Amino acid sequence: MIRARLLRRKLLLAAVLGVAASPVAAQDVLIRQATVHTAGNRGTLRDTDVLVQGGVIRAIGSGLAAPAGATVVEAAGKPLTPALFGGISEIGVEEVSGEESTVDSAVSLEHDQPIRPEFDVTLAFNPDSVVIPVARVEGIGFTLVAATTGASFIAGQGGVMRLDGSADPLGPHALFVRLGTDATKFSGTSRAAQWMLLDQLVAEARGRVPADSPHALLTPTGRAVLARYLGGQGRIVVLVNRAADIRRLLRWAAREKVRIAIAGAAEGWRVGPELASAKVPVFVDAFADLPADFDQIGATLENAARLRQAGVEVSFMLGGDSTPNARKLRQGAGIAVANGLPWEDALAGLTRVPAQVLGVADRIGTLEVGKTADMTLWSGDPLDVINTAQQLWLGGRAIPMRSRQTELRDRYLRAAGPLPRAYAP
Amino acid sequence: MRPTLLAMAGLLCCCAPVAAKSRFTDDPYPSTYKAIASGPVLIEHATVLTGTGTRLDDADVLLVDGKVSAVGQRLQAPAEAIRVDGTGKWVTPGIIDVHSHLGVYPSPGVRAHSDGNEMTAPVTANVWAEHSVWPQDPGFGMALAGGVTSLQVLPGSANLVGGRGVTLKNVAATSYQAMKFPGAPWGLKMACGENPKRVYGGKGGPATRMGNVAGYRAAFIDAAEYRSKNQPKDQQPKKKRWFSRASGGEGNDSGGDTGGKRDLKLDTLAGAINGDILVHIHCYRADEMNIMMDLAKEFGFKIAAFHHGVEAYKVADRLAQEGICGALWADWWGFKMESFDGIQENIAIVDRAPGGCAIVHSDSEEGIQRLNQEAAKVIANARKIGMDISPEHAITWLTANPAKAMGISTVTGTLEPGKMGDVVLWNRNPFSVYAQAEQVYIDGARVYDRHDRSRQPVSDFMLGQGGAP
Repeated sequence: MIRARLLRRKLLLAAVLGVAASPVAAQDVLIRQATVHTAGNRGTLRDTDVLVQGGVIRAIGSGLAAPAGATVVEAAGKPLTPALFGGISEIGVEEVSGEESTVDSAVSLEHDQPIRPEFDVTLAFNPDSVVIPVARVEGIGFTLVAATTGASFIAGQGGVMRLDGSADPLGPHALFVRLGTDATKFSGTSRAAQWMLLDQLVAEARGRVPADSPHALLTPTGRAVLARYLGGQGRIVVLVNRAADIRRLLRWAAREKVRIAIAGAAEGWRVGPELASAKVPVFVDAFADLPADFDQIGATLENAARLRQAGVEVSFMLGGDSTPNARKLRQGAGIAVANGLPWEDALAGLTRVPAQVLGVADRIGTLEVGKTADMTLWSGDPLDVINTAQQLWLGGRAIPMRSRQTELRDRYLRAAGPLPRAYAP
Repeated sequence: MRPTLLAMAGLLCCCAPVAAKSRFTDDPYPSTYKAIASGPVLIEHATVLTGTGTRLDDADVLLVDGKVSAVGQRLQAPAEAIRVDGTGKWVTPGIIDVHSHLGVYPSPGVRAHSDGNEMTAPVTANVWAEHSVWPQDPGFGMALAGGVTSLQVLPGSANLVGGRGVTLKNVAATSYQAMKFPGAPWGLKMACGENPKRVYGGKGGPATRMGNVAGYRAAFIDAAEYRSKNQPKDQQPKKKRWFSRASGGEGNDSGGDTGGKRDLKLDTLAGAINGDILVHIHCYRADEMNIMMDLAKEFGFKIAAFHHGVEAYKVADRLAQEGICGALWADWWGFKMESFDGIQENIAIVDRAPGGCAIVHSDSEEGIQRLNQEAAKVIANARKIGMDISPEHAITWLTANPAKAMGISTVTGTLEPGKMGDVVLWNRNPFSVYAQAEQVYIDGARVYDRHDRSRQPVSDFMLGQGGAP
């Protein structure tokens, strides 16, 4: 399918160099006759070409001419989408989720002012993480790296990371807060105290508590950081599931005039109209259909469809081990479609919606002229697990579709030889 | 006396109570399962995957008296048969999960429900998972909506030897006995690697992998001695019931042919050595699977399946040679060190070995609802490396192969005449994210219908809670 020898040579070169993300100049690329799912205003375009120059999408149309030296890819009708969102994850800040020494996602300063909104997990981001190629070969191009709950229900900050080797986040940071049963151990065993503490934190950040008060919960830096979010800079992403808690959260956010997004929202469908009118987007765990705890009695596979029906912007997240499983996110989107979510909305939830919600839609999330050429070519319907990503481009660079897992696979696919498999053939 | 899997399974063919093969496997908590009454059912004009590796297009499946009566084209059916139009739909055997913790780690996952790991000693072969099963776990109903008709509920993996697993039919009931699969052998759950040493490292050991192996060996040394002392002597027609002492009789366990007080732990291990209890081992790494295969030889037991086995692809040939199934995930990896080498072609490579037995398992209340999708991922990734796997073959990973590993393959797992009427009608090719089970039959009765609320079980727990309509 891939015609150009150029591309193959480039892939080989990258493989020799070991890692995809070397900062070589972006190659011009013409992808011909794809089914282009723009995830933007133009919807889906059949038999359409996409021209990439200088790492940016220059043209989308039919019969586009290939500039000299450009790599030409014959898509033969296969789907081309924006590179997918990898969910709210700890990609790059953990290698093995169960092995503490490899995990940097949470801060636990239990005895030294545990509430640290100033904690910025992106400073731990390792662009060489082995997890990144594993996600990339699945067509994933960006993720919201999250601070996870350590010793406070205010987890700290994260940000959008493109998986192209960049070490720093794209766009504004986000602040992560967890409410409900999963966080009551940080609020004196009651979720009511989460509001009590939030109110005090807001009072501190807004300067209503003297900085030298013996009751201060925040460091001076923490005050400044929280004040920024309270001033509307950056989203506060709140992990919460119970409908009643979501209602209180909406009331709080309206009163304090902060921009929030909700992650989880297992019972979100019960407050769909309120979420829609407050313009609060939701990251849904599309697998959640069991009463995993007493905050999720109303969990249903129709959550995404019902929220969308109510007018809510829907994206996706994984409640479980979201980092190694980032590739499961598109399965969740497919499940949402099987349970009533329109296909175009599901694709938007993996592309445009998270980019918009996280303030990076000027660069990524759609296939539009002028956007960064982060895109994925698929063997078929990208929302169906029976299909796979065939090629990922980030900033117009074809990313080698290799990972530690494909290396292991290929080593053991070979027939045994005279030397142990540890020796290359 | 070590009956083969096949011979053991042969004893299951009738639903009458099965005489214990030895006192180690007597069952004081017998199955009270009764199939739901149902008239004949004819599913017509469907694409049928039989579970024997065959695909039949435009075919019918006839269920009579709770059993598969016939599979083929244009079948004759009794006049009173309920006819189901399967045009454009697919039919498969009921899905079987060899590794579930439904009921023992139920939803909601509150502390009071944490009944899956008896984390009080590294060897708890004496505990039976069935005594922890909460039949009201809403997860059973969700698994049914995913086409699951039978499942093995196992103890967790905290212990070297976790205890006995139980095979259930996935029917709504107020007791587990009413779900208990008639005649199915028990499983024995063992665990390799990180979990036991993590749990016991700070409380007396084992603290290392070598400690783990020493622990298995010590347990089986005890069991071997116990077994030889308690082995019934040949031709002893007047043998008393082994529990007569407990019930006040004059005889006792050690009278005549037994070697002392009955020991629940050693009963289970001796039953495993005898082959009457099927050994299922949680084991991730290739090197540890090799150790466990040697351990099995040392003590003369057979391993039915390695579970999780994220490195099974590294030992696929030996697994096939030893007749051990790999009960595996499609794509789990990276959540702990021993899962670091997981690859998405694991199942395909285990399957590829001549004689290989690959199983898609869940170990998850989420995964059990969509084992068909997990298999689809395997097909998709295998295709990338030029392995073309047909739907009629892939379905065996979720039906015939787990049935084999659970010792129930003579009665379920395929759509062959005489087998239990455990059947799923899918809205399309099941190997797709969009596939949904429309109807599920267990022993010929429609126990789930996506389009008929009166055929959707709701657990007691969900009543009056304002759950999702």
